[in-house]
Amino acid sequence: MSGLLERIAGKLRSYREPGYYTKLDHKWTMVIDLDKCNGCEACVVACYAENNLPVVGREECEKSRAFSWLRIERYVEGEYPDVKVKFIPVMCQHCMKAPCETGCPVYATYHNQDGLNVQVYNRCVGTFTCATYCTYDVRRFNWFTYKWPKPLEAQLNPDVSVREMGVMEKCTFCIQRIRSAKDTAKDESRPVKDGDIKPACSQSCPTGAIYFGDIQDPESVVAKLAKSPRRYRLLEELNADPSVIYLKRVMGDGTSSHE
Amino acid sequence: MAPHHMSDNQTGDVISYKEVNDDVVRTMTETGKWYYIALAGAFSGFLAFWILPWAYQIYKGQGVSGLNTPDFWGIYLTNFVFWIGISHSGTLLSAILFITKTPWRRSIYRSAEAMTFFSVATAAVFIFVHMGRPWNFYWTMPYPNQRQLWLNFQSPLMFDVFAISTYATSSMIFLYFGSIPDLAAVRDRVTGWRKQVYSALALGWRGTDSEWHWLFKAYTFFAVFIIPLAVSVHSIVSWDFALSKVPGLAKTIFAPYFVVGAIYSGSAGIVTLMIIFRKAMKIEKYITLNHFDKLGMLLLVMSLLWSYINVIEVFTGWYANTSAENETLVYRMFTTPYAYMFWLMIVTNTLLPLLFIFKKCRTSILACLVVSLGINVGMWLERYLILTTSLPRKFLPYMWHDYIPSWVEISMTLGSFCFFAMLFLLFVKLWPSVSIYEVKEDIGIPMRKGGGHH
Repeated sequence: MSGLLERIAGKLRSYREPGYYTKLDHKWTMVIDLDKCNGCEACVVACYAENNLPVVGREECEKSRAFSWLRIERYVEGEYPDVKVKFIPVMCQHCMKAPCETGCPVYATYHNQDGLNVQVYNRCVGTFTCATYCTYDVRRFNWFTYKWPKPLEAQLNPDVSVREMGVMEKCTFCIQRIRSAKDTAKDESRPVKDGDIKPACSQSCPTGAIYFGDIQDPESVVAKLAKSPRRYRLLEELNADPSVIYLKRVMGDGTSSHE
Repeated sequence: MAPHHMSDNQTGDVISYKEVNDDVVRTMTETGKWYYIALAGAFSGFLAFWILPWAYQIYKGQGVSGLNTPDFWGIYLTNFVFWIGISHSGTLLSAILFITKTPWRRSIYRSAEAMTFFSVATAAVFIFVHMGRPWNFYWTMPYPNQRQLWLNFQSPLMFDVFAISTYATSSMIFLYFGSIPDLAAVRDRVTGWRKQVYSALALGWRGTDSEWHWLFKAYTFFAVFIIPLAVSVHSIVSWDFALSKVPGLAKTIFAPYFVVGAIYSGSAGIVTLMIIFRKAMKIEKYITLNHFDKLGMLLLVMSLLWSYINVIEVFTGWYANTSAENETLVYRMFTTPYAYMFWLMIVTNTLLPLLFIFKKCRTSILACLVVSLGINVGMWLERYLILTTSLPRKFLPYMWHDYIPSWVEISMTLGSFCFFAMLFLLFVKLWPSVSIYEVKEDIGIPMRKGGGHH
């Protein structure tokens, strides 16, 4: 009897495992070492420049419509003079069991064979479901069609599409860079090497706190860092299985951040 | 054999067979000045408060609403759930009362079913209003296309598309089937263009025994079919929220809570509508105080059920004592302005309907009007609170941000009432809005031997 029940439970559990889960080409993973992060926000600026994010201005920012795909969250604890400020960069966590993917009625957001949670702008009808289901609040919506005043439109990144009003978007792990690295590797008839791909945030980080690579490759930097005892993932208890791994910051008094 | 139900008709007048036909057809053919004024008002309200702001929003973008990054769902989805809720009583109540052979159903069910259909229509428009790119709405339909794009059947919104379109279709068919003998009765009494229209709509109904037999079969089938359908529709509407991970939305109790809430607000909607309808159409002798007495009992029961679920939801959340749940509850119940709304909702939905314990209140038109309007205000607030106190308080406090609706959203909310009023006004002129043949059963003229109710 208990064997039968176990089999049924196993079957039911397997229905909650996404089908792509065991057969990925890569599993791109980001590791962020909070011990190295000094909160300078260079990554945020780099992200704006790389991904053609519109700068929406003060009024829209006050309405919480800032466009940053990547943000530094700041939390202040305690009263002056015993104040602790904690900060953490948060971008799309590319969850392996992403709540946003089950929400979208038209498959505008889905998981690709690289383990990435991708957003198809052209398919998006703007039901907002992905953004409400997202537990990290990383999705950004094009409330208007944003314009770049001249001559700023000349600095737009030609590798990234400019989105129109009414579609949802979010961090892509700089998928255009992943694509071009894979193309180069293919031209040179070799697999993608660890370190070939650097997303804009990782490239611009002055302290080198952001690592990026394929966690399926046991020799990669991220695979090694992911074994660190300081490792944790944001809101891990929600079982979304995020692909961004944080390494805890160890404070002077021996306590660590984000406990 | 149709039994006598003279007790239902509390005015004490004996209504004749002919009088029923005359009275109902009169509501369709004789049009007063006030009707045109009301229709013009509703139509211009619909244009000014809904169509123009919506055009503005489509042109400028969703940014003209008050939505922002954590609060992606606001008044539009509140209105969607509200109108779906209103739709839940008409057809469901009609079907349940038909199956249980409840006599007081007969004079109110037609307009109640119409209310269902029109509120589903209003709700459906709100789906398009809340979309970022409403011109691509057809992408949510399964249609063959060259690019082989398909739908995500895992999505609760996808369940919704099917549930609501099935519900709208079947409630429309249910309404139509029940109306066929009456459309024939109208056909036989009108002239000119109406004659042609109703001849087509009556599908050549002659009133033979076999026609009655098949109508009865079909009608019973739909009545049985619609009850589980209606329950599933509002469960699925609740899953738009409950299948997320968001504290305050991801509640296991949401499906029954929403079904109960929908029947509750829908029944209150019927009471409000019937009060206006019988007054405006001068058909007090068909929709009597007895009907309000029975509907009042229903409202009382639904009120108790709704309050029970509400208490359970708050209590279990508070007792579980998880930080996210606590934050949502405190934000909803003790933070202004939401605290005002929450406690107003408790007054109108839990305390006020207790008046209906007393028969005096159930049979007082004024009390019925006040309580039923109060319930619908409360139910609208309930849906508003579910969205606007959960999404601004998700897991990461850095992203907490309050939601304040803009004039566009408030205007479209008003406009939806105008739209509904417009549809209903057109309905009472174009459709027999009281069931002629079933009211006749009520006044004791047997339609045929040995049969059941028709």
